[in-house]
Formats: sequence, structure tokens, C-alpha cells
Amino acid sequence: MKNKKINLITAPLTAASNKTGTWRTEKPLTDSAACIGCSLCAKICPEGCIEMNARSENDNKLKPETDYDYCKGCGLCAHECPVKAIKMAKDY
Amino acid sequence: MIMAKVNPRQILEGSRAIALTIKNIAPAVVSAYPITPQTHIVEDLAKMKADGEAEFEYIRAESEFAAASIILGASATGSRVYSATSSQGLLLMAEVIYNISGLRLPIVMTTANRAISSPINIWNDHSDIMSVRDAGWIQFFAANHQEAVNAHILAYKLAEKLKLPVMINVDGFILTHSYEPVIIPATDKIKKFLPDYTPENGTYLNSENPVTLGAFFTPAHYMETRETLFDDLEKSLTTIKKEYRLFQKIFKDESKPRESTSKQIFFDDGLVEYCGPAKAKTVLVALGSLNGTILDAIKEYQDTGLLKIKVYRPFPSDSVNKFLSRGENIAILEKAVNFGQAGPLYSDIKTNLNASESKNLNIRDYIVGLGGRDVTKKMIAKIIKDAERRGAAVKFIGHD
Repeated sequence: MKNKKINLITAPLTAASNKTGTWRTEKPLTDSAACIGCSLCAKICPEGCIEMNARSENDNKLKPETDYDYCKGCGLCAHECPVKAIKMAKDY
Repeated sequence: MIMAKVNPRQILEGSRAIALTIKNIAPAVVSAYPITPQTHIVEDLAKMKADGEAEFEYIRAESEFAAASIILGASATGSRVYSATSSQGLLLMAEVIYNISGLRLPIVMTTANRAISSPINIWNDHSDIMSVRDAGWIQFFAANHQEAVNAHILAYKLAEKLKLPVMINVDGFILTHSYEPVIIPATDKIKKFLPDYTPENGTYLNSENPVTLGAFFTPAHYMETRETLFDDLEKSLTTIKKEYRLFQKIFKDESKPRESTSKQIFFDDGLVEYCGPAKAKTVLVALGSLNGTILDAIKEYQDTGLLKIKVYRPFPSDSVNKFLSRGENIAILEKAVNFGQAGPLYSDIKTNLNASESKNLNIRDYIVGLGGRDVTKKMIAKIIKDAERRGAAVKFIGHD
């Protein structure tokens, strides 16, 4: 589709509409059972796309949740995980 | 009481004339880094500020990259801005020059054209501007002091109306350091043509109404920004012509057109000027101050015309072609060369001719005046003679 009308001036925070997760070739997969909830992955994620969340109402232990819309698959989380609960899988 | 009629013309140095014009245009922010031969312009502006004669902020910069970035930022906050540079300074600004057009900021800048290194040379040619001629700016070339003054006023009007940056090219030393009679329009008169700059709310950086300028553009949108800039620059030709006509109405003394005679026609649409016979054996084409020398030289040749290109980008193909077709031989005189190709103006002209014009015209390219080499009337005579030879050619003419 030809979309010629492009506005160069945008509202603040609208860059979030650019889903950059498609740049990824590897995807981090987290094994919640093995995860000890240390939150190291969330702290070192360079894209800030890992959030520590309660998995359910009954289980209030915080576990990492990756936002695949923006995760670029750098693998830092998998590398740093002290219990090797995150594995990188091919994503193409 | 009889009032003596005051001649509005003053004998001024080109740089001084430009600085006084900028003062009257009243930008809010001026930032520049001094480089020969632009220095006198920005020194004059700095002095006006220091002496309390001008209201603008004068921000000193540590390099041309910084100066260009400072005016970019100031313009993004909705202010009218100004800078000037030359040669290596323009090359150092190159990244910012592209950012300015990409952000569609209405910035006006003077380039006092000078050769580029190496070997180091501070004198005039057009090598500097040719490196950024296709960066999305409107490019004016001035042939004398008055044209330079007029082009600056016109430039701000066009820039602010079209959201396109405009560069005014003035030949280093030949215009910047020479003295000529020139009229500097007063602020009140300028305001009749160029109103105060009041950008629309929501189009500039303002903490009351925050917006993002220079956002990230993925492959989904980036290409359209280029296409829009390409189209808008092309379309600006119509606006330049229209605003030039309005300028001529308001600034009558400053832009008095030459009259056509039975032997010579004179045409000026703001993009190009043609002076010569209706049907010419040879038409010479040039940018900038070279036109003054050529006009003087061709007085001895009744069958030779001169096409002066005043707006170089966007390239005014229709106006150029209309007058090229009045000649048989076309001699392009230019103070720049693209290594591995030809002169840039020659390439532009060749690209924009249609098939029949290409076939009928004998077009030859003459590289002159590099690094401040004088272009003499004898050299022009030599070129007029050589232009009759057939076939494409790129020749360096450095001697009589």
C-alpha cells in the first residue's frame, strides 16, 4: 500500500508503535519451574523488555516475562541466568 | 524646503552587506564558526551583538559541526536562525546538513564558496557546495552583492513557507571581500515581504505541548519521507517563481530588471536569467559571480548569449532548456569538477535534456577558476571559439 502522507512530527512515546522484535533470529525461552526469580535477567536486559510478574493469583512469586514485541534475541538473559533457566531457540 | 534625494545605495563589502541584511531580517539565534572567506560575515554579526545593535543570541561554537547542530536545535524550538560557512567547514557540517533537510527545518545559511583540501587553498571555487548540493536544500547562487542581499530575504520567506532549508552561495573573496554599490532594505520594508516567523503550535519543541522531532523510521515509513522531500523540492520551483515576482514588486530598486532591446532579449524568472540574442550561435551557462565576467566579455559577440542559473537545486530544467534551445553550441563554464565524471553542471544539464534537444545541441564543458584561478575575458574568448568544435568534451581552461 502506498502511504505517502507521512507525518515527521510525532507525539511523545509513539516510537513504541515500531515493533522491533522482528529483528530477532533467536528467541529466549524461560523455564518458570527452574527459575528462582532472582530478576537478574530483567535487570540486565538492554532493551528493558523483561518484566517480573506474578504468574497467577495463587502464585505471587515474581517470575520474568519477556515482551517479544521488542526482544531482539541478544541472549544476555540466557547467558547471565545463574540456574540456566533461559534457553535460546531458533526464531526464523 | 527642498529635500535632497537620498541615494539608497551604499558602497559596501559583500560580507558587510550580507551581515546587515541578516541583522534586518532579525533571526533569534546566530551560531557560526569562523572560516575564511566567510569570516567577515559572522564577525560583523558578532560585533553587532556585542555593540548592542542586534537582539539575536550569538552562540559561539567549537566547530562547524557544533554550529550547524546549534542552529538545528534552535530552529527545532521554533526560532528563526542563521549560520554561514565555507569549504572544510561545510564538509564538517555535512551530516547536520542532511539532518536539517530531513527534519524539514526552515534554516537559511550562507556558503562563501571556497576550494577544498588537499592541497589546502583558501580561494574561491564551487567544490565545497557540490558535495552537499543534493542534500535536500534549495540552493541559490548570487552573482553580485545585490543578488546576495535579495536572495537572503527571499530565502527566509521560502524556507518558512515551504519548511525547506535554503543555502545561499556567494563566491568567496570575489563577492565576500569586494566592494559594490548595494541597497540594504530596512526592517520595516523586509517585514512587508517576510512576516515574523510564527510556526504552527505542535510543529516545534515546546514543553507546553511536547512533540517528537527526528523519530525513528523503520523500513515501513522511511522511504516515503524521501519521496515527499523529493516531490516538495521539485514543487518548490513554482513557489520560488511566485515569491520572486512578489519580491520584485515590493523591492523595486533592489531588483530592477534589465530592459530587452531589439537586439537582445533579457529574461528573468527568479530561477534563471538569459541575456542575449533571440537566436544565438553559442549560449554560455554559469553559476555565481562568473556571470558578471562573462556578460562583460560577450559584449563583443553579438551572436552569443548568457544563461545564468540562479537556483541550482531544485534544478530548473524547464527554464534552462527553454534558453539552451536558443543556441546551437552550449558552453558550460564551471568552477567545480566531479572526479571520475565531468563538471556537475554539465551532468545536470545533460540529464535534463529531452532526446531531440540532446541531438540538436552541441554541449561542451569547461572547468575554470579552480582554487581562485582568475577567469579572464581572454579565456572566455577562447572558450567561445572552442565551443564551435563538435562533440562532447570536458576541458580545463586555466590559461589565456
